[in-house]
Amino acid sequence: MNRRVSPVKQVVLYVALVLFAILFIYPFFIQIATSFKTDPDAAAHPLSLIPNPFDLHAWKQIFGQGSASVPFLTWMKNSVVIAVVVTVARVFLDSLAGYALSRLRFRGRGFVFAALLAVMSVPSVALLIPKFLMVNYLGIYDTYTAMILPLIVDGAGVFIMKQFFDSVPVSIEEAARMDGASIFRTFWSVVLPMARPALITLTILSFQGSWNEFTHFLVTTQSLEHKTLVTGLASLVSGQLGTGTQYPLKLGAALLTTIPVAVIFFALQRYFIRGANEGGVKG
Amino acid sequence: MRRTTPGGKGIRGREGIAGWLFVSPMIIILGLFLVIPVVMALWVSLTNWNGSVNPFQGGPGAQFVGVRNYTDLFAKDGLTRSNFMQSIGNTFWYVLFVVPLQTALALGLALLVNTKMLKAKGFFRTAFYFPSVTSSIAISTVFLFLFSSTGAVNALLGAIGLGQPNWFSDSRGLVHLLLGAVGVDNPSWAQGEVLGRTLWDWFSGPSVALTVIIFLVVWTTSGTFMLMFIAALQDLPVEVDEAAALDGTSGWQKLRHVTIPMIRPTLFLVITLGLIGTWQVFDQIYVMGKGNPDGTTLTPAYLSYQQSFGNFKYGSGAAMAFVVFAIIVVLTRIQRWALSDKDERRPLLRRRKAVTR
Repeated sequence: MNRRVSPVKQVVLYVALVLFAILFIYPFFIQIATSFKTDPDAAAHPLSLIPNPFDLHAWKQIFGQGSASVPFLTWMKNSVVIAVVVTVARVFLDSLAGYALSRLRFRGRGFVFAALLAVMSVPSVALLIPKFLMVNYLGIYDTYTAMILPLIVDGAGVFIMKQFFDSVPVSIEEAARMDGASIFRTFWSVVLPMARPALITLTILSFQGSWNEFTHFLVTTQSLEHKTLVTGLASLVSGQLGTGTQYPLKLGAALLTTIPVAVIFFALQRYFIRGANEGGVKG
Repeated sequence: MRRTTPGGKGIRGREGIAGWLFVSPMIIILGLFLVIPVVMALWVSLTNWNGSVNPFQGGPGAQFVGVRNYTDLFAKDGLTRSNFMQSIGNTFWYVLFVVPLQTALALGLALLVNTKMLKAKGFFRTAFYFPSVTSSIAISTVFLFLFSSTGAVNALLGAIGLGQPNWFSDSRGLVHLLLGAVGVDNPSWAQGEVLGRTLWDWFSGPSVALTVIIFLVVWTTSGTFMLMFIAALQDLPVEVDEAAALDGTSGWQKLRHVTIPMIRPTLFLVITLGLIGTWQVFDQIYVMGKGNPDGTTLTPAYLSYQQSFGNFKYGSGAAMAFVVFAIIVVLTRIQRWALSDKDERRPLLRRRKAVTR
């Protein structure tokens, strides 16, 4: 059972792992360092991790002294508000639907679940124009409603919750219901507290998903004040705002876009990993 | 369950109402913003809607044109077809590189991280997975800098005395470059045209610019797939290891004849997700290429967007999106069929029962 690994093999193993780790992590260090560099320094010493001179120009531009064409603070506010609202709504509505599909016996349940699976298999590339058409049709193009409403339920989340409830024994809720608690009451005060691990996973996936969301906002909004950090960064980088090269600014903005998800990732890693494996079902 | 409450419709009835109430937000949102819109887009793909009027009322600007938007993509000589076919060609090469590379890298990393007695397992797993959770736009921005002409990659290449390409403005295909190195350049036998493009163009390989996007995507997706492989590897029964050790199989043999057959379901999942994902590449293109240089980073997803929101030919753009949709469906079917067929033909090592989760 205990196959011994030779020392040579072990060294090779660690060298390989460390090299790969550098390959995966070094770009992020470059990103951090470059955001504190001057433009010429960024171009002259792209590999260096030490800004010389140390320069806060990019960060000053992001916080407070941003120009009218690059309103970072507005974008940041949009990102936070949208991610929070979408996450809260998704966690609640996905669990409701997942619970019903797993536990409540109602006519048409099998059909609803089959339809959900079919809907989940529609690739997002086929949804760019459809989303725009509907948002346009409803007259909510370029509004917060258009940004938030279509995201408050997601098929993959419902699926994850259904799978979770399928794996939990039914006895406790039955006891609660025998005591006369209503279905919603049972769901709210008995079932949800038990579902904590799944809820955390879903919260993380929802926050990450809505924070990083790009195409949905791209086709449902156009004005500067409705951009999020992600869509704002995209237009900044693709040169639509006429800011020139300015890599420190762009990388600083990219860093700002990365930080919230990174913080949550490092704090709640094991839930992320669970999510990655469960999220495998979504297309 | 036969529990009924006296004098009411019974738990069954209450459950029926509650069930529909509980799923109604999902049905409304997914119906309103997913199912109905797809039907609307199918209709628009049959019109020449230009975005200015109501697309469902007909009249000038939204005329019904039948399947013309679709036939234009394949049969009519013109800019639309040549762009579309180029985007298909680009994506073909892109998929051909990305899917095997990311699958192999993910499996390799998973095997490394899963080694027994490895110290700092968690650290390595985190390091490899981290790029996967970040925003695709943010990470594309970083790569734009890394691969810029004065960027880190060129600095590194320069330091070890290699050439420093102008990554994002180099439209030469890799296969063309290889052939060029042995003196073959646009030979007469490659002049035949297929769907409006010469064979020489079809076989160009990914352009240097597209190669950067290939690097980026392999780098960001392998972490996720690595986690799936790790989960599968950890589910393998210990006896398999022991048996293989007793048989005296080498590491490579064990991998080929024991490990890979046993994680086949995960392998299938990873390849399928890879195929589905690669055919839809959009965000990275939006930031890094927008089709430039010379259309060599055009993909159908981006072209569909550009055709609709840039050129206001929504019908044509929608038609492209549905063609991609169809390609994805067909590919996953073929993939499923090929893999299941192989499973029956090739016997596992000593016909051990495949362990499925």
